[in-house]
Amino acid sequence: MCATCGCDEDSRSTVTDLDSGRVVTRPGPGHAPDHSHGHDHDHDHEADHGHGAAGPARTATRVVTLEQSVLAKNDLLAGRNRDWLAARFILALNVMSSPGSGKTTLLERTVRDLRAEVPVSVVEGDQETLLDAERIRATGCRVVQINTGSGCHLDAEMLGRGLATLDPPVGSLVLIENVGNLVCPALFDLGERARVVVMSVTEGDDKPLKYPHMFRSAQLMVINKVDLAPHVDFDPDRCAGHARTVNPGLEVLSVSATRGDGLDAWYAWLRGHLAARRP
Amino acid sequence: MHELAITESVVASVRDRLGDARVLAVTLEIGRLSGVVADSVRFCFDLCTEGTPLQGARLDIVDVPGGAYCRGCRSDVELVDLIPLCPCGSADLDITSGQELMIRQVEVA
Ligand SMILES: [Zn+2]
Repeated sequence: MCATCGCDEDSRSTVTDLDSGRVVTRPGPGHAPDHSHGHDHDHDHEADHGHGAAGPARTATRVVTLEQSVLAKNDLLAGRNRDWLAARFILALNVMSSPGSGKTTLLERTVRDLRAEVPVSVVEGDQETLLDAERIRATGCRVVQINTGSGCHLDAEMLGRGLATLDPPVGSLVLIENVGNLVCPALFDLGERARVVVMSVTEGDDKPLKYPHMFRSAQLMVINKVDLAPHVDFDPDRCAGHARTVNPGLEVLSVSATRGDGLDAWYAWLRGHLAARRP
Repeated sequence: MHELAITESVVASVRDRLGDARVLAVTLEIGRLSGVVADSVRFCFDLCTEGTPLQGARLDIVDVPGGAYCRGCRSDVELVDLIPLCPCGSADLDITSGQELMIRQVEVA
């Protein structure tokens, strides 16, 4: 393990092609490009380099104005992904949720129902396992897995690598299943056309108020597992109301990915975006 | 915790711009609506800078309050929490400040 940055094998993200089993590893996000893992960091700098107030008088320091967004690098790479996708008329959607929302089930069902009309492939983000990717692959769909290790979200560089491995066909649909987490993925633009946040009726209907960044950054909220609504204390209208409090323009759909309720509206939404991807 | 990725990104951005120059202080602007917790960034900063030219650097965080223009009552309002809601009851707001996540400046030796 590297004492400099805490990185180790586990914290590197990997891309796995489920068809070939090929694994591509890269260091975690944010490493300086020259950060080698040879670990000969220079630790013998002068002991009295006095930066604090107590330091000795020294030559004048220089202030360099950067005025640079912290996320500039990610945003630059996201822009490249967006251009790459647009040039191929590919619709990429960033699908986010907390764990247990039924997001993978919704994507499995979507792949099965739509692949006759449009080629569909999936980029599966997960911290550790290949389980969700294997579920998607069982549908016969092309899928690559990005394991983020200790990282709690996908970033634009990871998606870039994932897309290079996936090599989705021109005019296709790419569903990106982000890591199950309603906080961190909201900050990282991947280059997607739109963001979909999935929640289920087994979660609290005040979730949009607890995670406003996520719901503010999305174009569509899908409320899943409505077949369970009679058994839980969840009011879809109240949930939609909360979501529109943080994001007045948010579209809302209610579905059951297992029973099929509301899926026509979800597919209509997808078809609307598919139609818009052509010049 | 995305603050770790955010802080790593700060260190990488500074090194990209300044190479191996010894950095004495970094000034970050973190808006209250940015989704980033300043205290978590402070916690991560020492960890992420160890063994880099930023090691030992002072971290100054400029806190930017949330602000918005309300189309309902046509006035500028301060947003005290993450939910954009005007005291007049309207949610039809243009957020004007508080979403900053910016490296303002660095002080180098
Ligand atoms: Zn107002």
